Amino acid sequence: MSARVIESGPSIAAAPTLELRGIEKRYGQVSALSGVNVTAKAGEVTALVGDNGAGKSTLIKAIAGVHRIDAGQILLDGEAIALTSPRDATEHGIETVYQDLALCDNLDVAANLYLGRELRRRRSALLDGEAMEARSAQVISELGARLPGFDVLVSALSGGQRQAVAVSRAALWGSRVVLLDEPTAALGVTQTAMVYDLIRSLRDKGLAIIVVSHNMADVFALADRIVVLRLGRNAGEFVPSQSSPEAVVAAITGADTVGEGR
Amino acid sequence: MTKSLLLGKSAGTRLVLVGLALVWVLFQFLNPNFLSPRNLSNLLLQIAVLGTLAIGMVIVLVLGEIDLSVGAIAGVSAGLLALLISQGLPWWLAILAALAAGGVIGLIHGSIITAFGIPSFIVTLAGLLVWQGVQLQLVGDQGQIPIRDVVIRGIASTYVPTLLGWLIAGLGVVAIFAAALVRRRRRERFSLAVSPLSADLLSAGLAGVAVLAVCAVLNSYFGIPWVFVLVLTLLVSCSIAMETTPFGRHIYAIGGNREAARRAGIQVRTKTITVFVVISMIAALAGIIEASRQFSASNSLGGGTLQLNAIAAAVIGGTSMFGGRGRIYQALLGALVVGSVQNGLDLLGQPAAIKNIATGVILVIAVAVDAVGRRRRLARGAAE
Ligand SMILES: Nc1ncnc2c1ncn2[C@@H]1O[C@H](COP(=O)(O)OP(=O)(O)OP(=O)(O)O)[C@@H](O)[C@H]1O
Ligand SMILES: [Mg+2]
Repeated sequence: MSARVIESGPSIAAAPTLELRGIEKRYGQVSALSGVNVTAKAGEVTALVGDNGAGKSTLIKAIAGVHRIDAGQILLDGEAIALTSPRDATEHGIETVYQDLALCDNLDVAANLYLGRELRRRRSALLDGEAMEARSAQVISELGARLPGFDVLVSALSGGQRQAVAVSRAALWGSRVVLLDEPTAALGVTQTAMVYDLIRSLRDKGLAIIVVSHNMADVFALADRIVVLRLGRNAGEFVPSQSSPEAVVAAITGADTVGEGR
Repeated sequence: MTKSLLLGKSAGTRLVLVGLALVWVLFQFLNPNFLSPRNLSNLLLQIAVLGTLAIGMVIVLVLGEIDLSVGAIAGVSAGLLALLISQGLPWWLAILAALAAGGVIGLIHGSIITAFGIPSFIVTLAGLLVWQGVQLQLVGDQGQIPIRDVVIRGIASTYVPTLLGWLIAGLGVVAIFAAALVRRRRRERFSLAVSPLSADLLSAGLAGVAVLAVCAVLNSYFGIPWVFVLVLTLLVSCSIAMETTPFGRHIYAIGGNREAARRAGIQVRTKTITVFVVISMIAALAGIIEASRQFSASNSLGGGTLQLNAIAAAVIGGTSMFGGRGRIYQALLGALVVGSVQNGLDLLGQPAAIKNIATGVILVIAVAVDAVGRRRRLARGAAE
């Protein structure tokens, strides 16, 4: 259809980094996801959009191993993997910034960045607090976020600073896929631009990125592909350079089916 | 978190220290024997069991759980110890068996809590009833089993020789300075901010002077009670485990935000079971100490207000009931407050009723302080 699509030709032969096929997820009687298909390619940003309650966070949590899916397949580099726990996902190099951030308020910034993967002093069972603090400083400064310190408790941070910590954590550990669920919701203009720069630099490192956002302008500026969810189903896929925000919004609200099946 | 064991100064701890000082000044004013070496030495013996239980309680509270059965576990452990010794088992084997029994009880509690998702409050409340029953069965119709073994009797009734006491205190001071300097050196190596050397030396110096002062006071009576050395050893080991190992870090994380901990790949269930095994073994140790104090295991050992005082001591020391906040040394501070009030009222010839009322009032004050602190954090929009 266009240069963009032709460009992605070779990577069709090589399996996409992440491929979701026919994902189903029910919460009791509520069907949150039915038959959802999404692919995320290395070196690309895939935006996941949809109205409140469309199932975006549910999908993110399924890939993160937080929720077990009821049916469907998750393929990583073409191989089906089982994600039964968050640890499974992180062991496959999948990192997540959750919508509710999931930080421990009672721990400091460095402890949160390294939570579950603490550095130890050589040949001992003891934490290497100093190394973690020093490296945290490095990661956070790369993000350009301003924090009062790395040994301050997360409970003392502002909403935006907390978000910066969550994003830094994903940037620190993500090696294949990074999922970000509304990562800029609490951020100011400058901080938002920094998170987007960070997303681009992760993309350029060859990671597959999935980002959830409600901001159409940002989605069009950042994404290589836009996947629309509506009421837990696929409701269209768009390439920013060939679609208008209006078409995407129409797919989100279901007012029009212009984008469907494309 | 990264602040070292003795140098971390939180506002809460300072408040408890002020409270303790007030209690001491008040009782010294009412009875000039209160601060005598003899009474302070007695006070330490009296709070050994309470302090031990409170150390375990801090760990469970930090995890965001509670254990209502530690008193009963202490009773079972003491009963088993006395029974095995009366059967002719050597003292060390009996102690190991008592500790192991505690471990098994904790394993049962932790497994039920995690397997069925029942609140620890309920499981350990049931445990309280069950283990009290087991204790009655073990101790039998006589109501108590005397302990004749000299080693076990000696745990809570012998003192460190004066010279050895000074040696231990000296080593403690050296360790305090070494820890402060090692921490400085490491922070400098990673080019992290350090406080001025004089400040580090001053706080280490203050801690060192406190250690030497305690040693001097105790040595002017019979010496440092061995049981105090035992409690301090437990305190330091638990502090190291909680503050400088991934295990401890994960316990704080689970207590702070269970779901965040789970998403970070921490095995919440395994950690929960481990903590219940640990606290039950600590409770078993408390049972052994109490049996040694009484020279017997009675069917009322570990009963009465001990269980509740252990929770009170942990909370009065500054450990939060809401999980995620608390330090091991606060157990000893809280036990000192509770023990001082009871000891002081004893000296004044007050009945148990007054002691209970006083402890209750102090507990409410401590919890109110904790709740106000929590509300402030919530008001800042920080806590989830
Ligand atoms: N833990 C849960 N238990 C029951 N139902 C849930 C749960 N989480 C989500 N749901 C339901 O699943 C559906 C999808 O929710 P989800 O959080 O994935 O939406 P979303 O697209 O992320 O919305 P938003 O833009 O508001 O974040 C909703 O109908 C929601 O009510
Ligand atoms: Mg959502």
